[in-house]
Amino acid sequence: MDFLYSVLVDPFVQMASLPDFFVQVIWEGFVAGILYSLIALGFVLIFKASGVFNFAQGIMVVFAALTLVGLHALGVPAYIALILTIGVMFALAVTVERVVLRPLVNQPDIILFMATIGLTQFLIGLGEVVFGGEPKTMIKDELGLPSGAIDMPFLDGFVSFQKIDIAAAVIAIIMVVALAFFFSKTTIGRALRAVADDHQAALSVGISLNQIWVIVWFAAGIVALATGIMWGARSDVSFALEIVAFKALPVLILGGFTSIPGAILGGLIIGIGEKIGEIYWGPLVGGGIESWLAFFIALLFLLFRPQGLFGEKIIDRI
Amino acid sequence: MNIQDTQAQSAASPPQDRPPLQQGTGQGRIKDKIILDVADISLSFGGVKAIQNVSFNIRQGEIRAIIGPNGAGKTSMLNVINGFYHPQVGTISFDGNRRHQMKPYVAATQGIARTFQNVALFRGMSTLDNIMAGRMLKMKKSFVHHLWYFGAAKAEELEHREFVEHIIEFLEIQTIRRTPVGRLPYGLQKRVELGRALAMEPRLLLLDEPMAGMNLEEKQDMSRFIIDVNEQFGTTIALIEHDIGVVMDLSDRVMVLNYGQKIADGTPDQVKSDQDVIDAYLGVAH
Repeated sequence: MDFLYSVLVDPFVQMASLPDFFVQVIWEGFVAGILYSLIALGFVLIFKASGVFNFAQGIMVVFAALTLVGLHALGVPAYIALILTIGVMFALAVTVERVVLRPLVNQPDIILFMATIGLTQFLIGLGEVVFGGEPKTMIKDELGLPSGAIDMPFLDGFVSFQKIDIAAAVIAIIMVVALAFFFSKTTIGRALRAVADDHQAALSVGISLNQIWVIVWFAAGIVALATGIMWGARSDVSFALEIVAFKALPVLILGGFTSIPGAILGGLIIGIGEKIGEIYWGPLVGGGIESWLAFFIALLFLLFRPQGLFGEKIIDRI
Repeated sequence: MNIQDTQAQSAASPPQDRPPLQQGTGQGRIKDKIILDVADISLSFGGVKAIQNVSFNIRQGEIRAIIGPNGAGKTSMLNVINGFYHPQVGTISFDGNRRHQMKPYVAATQGIARTFQNVALFRGMSTLDNIMAGRMLKMKKSFVHHLWYFGAAKAEELEHREFVEHIIEFLEIQTIRRTPVGRLPYGLQKRVELGRALAMEPRLLLLDEPMAGMNLEEKQDMSRFIIDVNEQFGTTIALIEHDIGVVMDLSDRVMVLNYGQKIADGTPDQVKSDQDVIDAYLGVAH
């Protein structure tokens, strides 16, 4: 009885008795969720257009952030460093297309997946050689990112919002809206969707796969850069960040591999669910459930909706 | 039973009021100019010889059929023409440019469009978007323009939209304009696929079994569209089809492949009475 009470009733009593703390927990989860969403977004972009599960998305986040910080450390002004980093991400996209994707065209997906694992290892090595292995601090102030917090009174207490988190949310929303618009309205967006649906047919109408791949990898690189800046601003920039990419997996299972809104919503569900679980149910098993709860939620989801929240419906004519 | 019988039974004869066409003369529909010339093509996959030493040509304005039993190398031939397959030996000359091999992108820019045996549409996209995708190469504004949706790019988009509306009207698919093509029945999917190819304003249209799996009515519609495309737009057409009756009625010249080799080439009448062809189709006692 005691056990049931502590699982089914007590957490909700806690939530109700300290509503301001509860809201604070949701906000923290929301912010973590946005960062998960951004990483998942990078995966979705590349998966949609090339059917490749890009294992290297995580390291691209680190690589972009390191390049930005590294350039600034060399004395390049922050905004110019930002532009140069975007240039580096473009160069990376072109290189990946030339060296990895083009020679492997028409190979089974698993081969391309292995190639992205290889790319991950290569980027880790390159990053360590060029920038060194020690953690670095993100250049928040120089980039004009706000710091400090806003305290909002809420019921009896108050909720504290970090300004940097608010900025992250706003940037994420702008990026998602821009990408969704780009995909659905523009000519290039249509070409991207065409390639995502059928490579051969796309080739037959004269869409250049090579060009499309460069575009999606570049877009994923920009998303990685934004993620790297935001995540780096919350902790620091190190190769440990690469692990965060694994958090994108449950997000993708939840949101579907091909849906941009799915990636966002999936990220938020995982982020918020994780925080609430950790705070209110975690103590029952001695804490530390944050690291696996996401996968547990994803597994539950797989049972009922294998294509994810917004994944393409699995329709087959027989 | 011979091929004539098959034709007599064939369900999908095109409208009979079509004026008889004589090869190279008549309506001025067929020009003497050779638009595609395939010379001594050989293609193999490992030990499998898909095409052996095949040469043939297509005149501007004609409807050219490629027939043959399953596995004869018909689809491989289309794939060679549009650059999906690269032959080990031989050359392809389109519009006077002789090449050892085509590339799909080059083929598309030169005006070779195609449809596929197992409908290859962009399943998640609407009919309209599918056909608009066929206009890709006709859009002249630069890539950077199109990254930015507004202004010149939008104006161009609207202009092409108008062209696509003509195609939609021509193929009588107005009602499914906004439907995701994955949901359409097979016959309509084939029609949308034809529309996408037409959107490219092709000079040579390759149709891979345009009537496979269709019922009588759909076959008649498709035959009508093929004839109309050929006559109204003057598009040269190369088609693969299993319904011999349809082939004989539609085409000006027929090439027959068997086990990767050309066994006959000529007018439908010549091919019909060719002993090798009859043997290939009906089997021959050894």
